[in-house]
Amino acid sequence: MPDTATDVVELKIPAKAEWVSIARLAVSAVASRLQFSIEEIEDVKLAVAEALVHAISGGGTSVDMICESLPDGLRIRIRNFGVPAPEAVDADGDSEMGNLGVFLIRALMDGVEYDARPDGRTDLLMFKRLPA
Amino acid sequence: MDIKVNVREAKGDSSVVDLAGEIDVYTSPKLKDAVSSLIDKGVYNLVINLEKVRYIDSTGLGVLIGGLKRVREHGGSVNLVCTNPQIKKIFDITGLVMIFGIFDSEDAALRALV
Repeated sequence: MPDTATDVVELKIPAKAEWVSIARLAVSAVASRLQFSIEEIEDVKLAVAEALVHAISGGGTSVDMICESLPDGLRIRIRNFGVPAPEAVDADGDSEMGNLGVFLIRALMDGVEYDARPDGRTDLLMFKRLPA
Repeated sequence: MDIKVNVREAKGDSSVVDLAGEIDVYTSPKLKDAVSSLIDKGVYNLVINLEKVRYIDSTGLGVLIGGLKRVREHGGSVNLVCTNPQIKKIFDITGLVMIFGIFDSEDAALRALV
């Protein structure tokens, strides 16, 4: 996953289901700004929503969405404190139904990584490549 | 963002559930309530019309899968009406096209009910 962000857009939402749609709208606008196609924007929107659903599932007060414009695409971090990443993120095999959200993220995005800090901060990083 | 749910009786002992809007982690409980209520009343053959649905996530898919599992216990089935390419794509990549009957029209979905 490339490392040099040019522009960054951040959004903090309450860790509640009713706010996920706001993040979906925001990431759609960012992806549109970066000239992704309509189909790619829908992919990003769904992947972000799935990551947020996981992040809010463990409670907590808020979740951060950090969108980073990269020369070749869009990197999105979904950051929370205290909710571990889903196990299947690092798995190579097929996901079971319980991991449908993780399966969708992996299918719709070009890169998925997971960064957990000892202080409990967890980042789920997703990358969508711009068409060449 | 909201979802509209409308339930109609159809031929035989089947019902049609019309959905409009977005099915996500916030709105899917409304769909779950509607489907559960029908099954609790003994309606085991359902057509769920997704033609006016703009978005669905894994929580919405989970509700549909849960409903399908319940009606199958009673010999019933759930057929979907779906014409939105993006939503069809989600059913494709998750393999759910192999589990649900997915049709382009309500008539076809009703005809195909067991």
